[in-house]
Amino acid sequence: MALFTFDTAHKPRQAWASMAVLLALLLAFPFVASQFGNSWVRIIDIALLYIMLALGLNIVVGFAGLLDLGYIAFFAVGAYLTGLLASPQFAALLESLINYHPELQDAIVATFGEEVRSNGIHLSVWAVVPLAAIVAALFGALLGAPTLKLRGDYLAIVTLGFGEIIRIFMNNLNDPINFTNGPQGINLIDPIRVFGLSLAGEPGSRATVFIGGYGMPSVNAYYFLFLLLCIATIFMTGRLQHSRLGRAWVAIREDEIAAKAMGINTRNVKLLAFSMGASFGGVAGAMFASFQGFVSPESFSLTESISVLAMVVLGGIGHIPGVVLGGVLLAALPEVLRHVVEPAQQALFGKVVIDAEVLRQLLYGLAMVLVMLYRPAGLWPSPVKEDRPLAATAKDEEAENA
Amino acid sequence: METFVQQILNGLVLGSMYALIALGYTMVYGVLNLINFAHGDVLMIGAMVGFSILKLLDGVFPGLPGGVQLAIAIVGAIPVTMLVNVLIERVAYRRLRNAPRLAPLITAIGVSILLQTFAMMIWGRSPLPFPQLLSSEPVMLGGAVISRTQVLLLALAALAMVALVFLVEKTRMGRAMRAVAENPRVAGLMGVDSNRVIVATFAIGAALAAVAGVMWGANYASIQFAMGTLPGMKAFCAAVLGGIGNIYGAMIGGIVLGIIESLGAGYIGDLTGGFLGSHYQDIFAFIVLILVLTVRPSGIMGERVADRA
Amino acid sequence: MNQVLLNISGVNKRFGGLQALTGVGIRIEKGQVYGLIGPNGAGKTTFFNVITGLYQPDSGSFELAGQPYSPSAPHAVAKAGIARTFQNIRLFGEMTALENVMVGRHVRTRQGVFGAIFRHRAARAEEAAIRVRAQELLDFVGIGQFAQRTARFLSYGDQRRLEIARALATDPVLLALDEPAAGMNATEKVALRELLVKIRDAGVTILLIEHDVKLMMGLCDRISVLEYGKLIAEGLPAEIQKNQAVIEAYLGSGGGH
Repeated sequence: MALFTFDTAHKPRQAWASMAVLLALLLAFPFVASQFGNSWVRIIDIALLYIMLALGLNIVVGFAGLLDLGYIAFFAVGAYLTGLLASPQFAALLESLINYHPELQDAIVATFGEEVRSNGIHLSVWAVVPLAAIVAALFGALLGAPTLKLRGDYLAIVTLGFGEIIRIFMNNLNDPINFTNGPQGINLIDPIRVFGLSLAGEPGSRATVFIGGYGMPSVNAYYFLFLLLCIATIFMTGRLQHSRLGRAWVAIREDEIAAKAMGINTRNVKLLAFSMGASFGGVAGAMFASFQGFVSPESFSLTESISVLAMVVLGGIGHIPGVVLGGVLLAALPEVLRHVVEPAQQALFGKVVIDAEVLRQLLYGLAMVLVMLYRPAGLWPSPVKEDRPLAATAKDEEAENA
Repeated sequence: METFVQQILNGLVLGSMYALIALGYTMVYGVLNLINFAHGDVLMIGAMVGFSILKLLDGVFPGLPGGVQLAIAIVGAIPVTMLVNVLIERVAYRRLRNAPRLAPLITAIGVSILLQTFAMMIWGRSPLPFPQLLSSEPVMLGGAVISRTQVLLLALAALAMVALVFLVEKTRMGRAMRAVAENPRVAGLMGVDSNRVIVATFAIGAALAAVAGVMWGANYASIQFAMGTLPGMKAFCAAVLGGIGNIYGAMIGGIVLGIIESLGAGYIGDLTGGFLGSHYQDIFAFIVLILVLTVRPSGIMGERVADRA
Repeated sequence: MNQVLLNISGVNKRFGGLQALTGVGIRIEKGQVYGLIGPNGAGKTTFFNVITGLYQPDSGSFELAGQPYSPSAPHAVAKAGIARTFQNIRLFGEMTALENVMVGRHVRTRQGVFGAIFRHRAARAEEAAIRVRAQELLDFVGIGQFAQRTARFLSYGDQRRLEIARALATDPVLLALDEPAAGMNATEKVALRELLVKIRDAGVTILLIEHDVKLMMGLCDRISVLEYGKLIAEGLPAEIQKNQAVIEAYLGSGGGH
């Protein structure tokens, strides 16, 4: 990997060249993969969303050192908000209001127009995404607030509890007022529409998106959007990391008492960590809902929270390139394995001995245990600055700095 | 809706199981300052092994009385869960005793996933019907109904807790456990092999989990590879409620939480004007946890955590 | 130079059954180097922790530069102008030396999320200023060449200097040092003394807990002595050295540890 580096500070030409090569590969990928059907690109689309989640969680766990086991709640908030505001679901909600607050129902219909009753609300992506970010951020602060004085283990369990509470609410908030449609989830969520172009393709186009005269599968269109968002997330979290706020987060992680003594308002800074992390989760959730077209509570369980945590931990806690690597490995690899391992077992043993789901779980479990035992900083941790034995003499110093 | 007495009784049954599981969490936390995240899955393994034993018995010795079968299942499940828990400690936790708190917690999560995966491979993914071995004729108790399985459950739980108290207060090993729970280094200076004590702690916790697991299966008539996670987390909340590290706290916390959950599920509809229903039952444990940690972090009986400075 | 900078009186602090501090007060003038000594367990660090907001006192009045200040939260105390170091060094181990000092600038700067992400002109200027000042402070304490070294790899003496640089970064009017000379050999102590003089000459008032009596006598303008949570003596170093109660508390004076 010596040729490939991202260190713009010390090896700018090599770094920019590496990035250019990587970008070219990333841009070319869907066109190549499409030759083999849509499934590969679809896998990467979902992986990209998970990478965004991992980067968001990295702010909370990696930068600020707050072990959040319920992070998927913010993904859920963004997804369900989109489900409510960009699908027929709102109509169902209105219907359920009829028995309880008919005046409220009338007021809403008066504001939004009569079609709300039959069609629901269909906000455009330009409204939904910022809303998802803001509402998720609010939830982040809300869920973070009770945890501010807790030490590590308890913080983890309380956040886990919050994640579960959100899931239970999503699963049950369909009666008396139908917010979430319960276990069935919300269907028919609008695909993303930008500049008049629907990323799911127009009806009848067989999920093909036409730009100019050129057509590409819908999953490819989403790929480019998600890739853009991922790069934006990397960019923003990178900037946050190397800023006054980022340093404050790391200070809290390293030694909260010293951080307080140096004038950092740890309560506010921690709340900011939760909010900022949550907002990325919310945006990813909004994208997920639009991409899939439906959301249901099973996508937002403890298992998912743990999966995202595993990506951060395995990749390199606090180190953005590491987190991306962790995301790629844990989100894409199991799917890839499924396509490879099951047929291989079929050929070797005549049947599938270990199916993909079991394999995926096995991978996650082993990864978490082995990484913590043998490489606790992750596969690609932050480079340590000048890791020298303390016995370095003054002469060594001079030679080094000459 | 069920009567108040019925709900209390239900809560007692649920709480007894929570108490047994909570004891495992609290003892480990007391000596190691570690949440054994995988403990709920040890419960699951106990239930699964018990299930397999019962199937075996049914094939080899059909017609044994139900109570005897359950007893054999429990006795058979205990060594397995003990072995699993001791192995987990040895392989996953021992090296990380002095690592920052994040590391063992993550390893524990990984172990939990692995246990569930192995269970998936051995027993499959679908829920398994746990045999109903005791007569289904219920017992009437002051206007409320309790099944014979539940009576056995309460009896076993009480027996297990009494046995544990005896062990901890009256035996040499128990004294050693209390010493290590207080200050491992000084205990070591007094000749206590803290590693052995820690292994014993894990083993005892696992045994209690085995009892809880088999009885959980018998009570709910169904078991599955993922059955341990939620009860495990709730039992941890119970342990904190009672006072982490304190075995009397775990017992009391478990029972209190069971009753709170039962009453809460029963009355939540009335309390929220019909907005929330009894399927919100699972949130009570976490709400209790947050309240305890905010208002009285040392719990009902006070915490007893090792001075590992 | 006679202006009173820190005026504290009547501090009581109880931990369960233990009365850690009884009626302790201190009066430091601007520009002084003020010493706080006493046998182990006397309550010196407890007093520090109360002054800097880490512990809540049961009672006491607190005044900094004529204004009452409330030691309710450490970050508020830092903002008011008291910075401290710790008995067991508390650096941000995984950050570089420069970054550690840059964190010290947090309380005097303001850029937040917006500035972090967009790096507009004001944000960039502030960040550059932080970096420059941090390097200046590293140079000032004598470890400028280690700016890029991860803090936990610095030598013990350099780590102590780094902690001082970080505290100075908060632009304090009062620098409170908890046993800065602990674990140092004679040469290092001489260098530390020089540094503290330099800091005082730069206009920062210093409050100092130390066990090395020789160091204290040569450096401090005035000294307070604590024993079992009570003040048993206060005055010029020469007076303290001859004070009967102090001698009894220590059972012998004049030797460094």
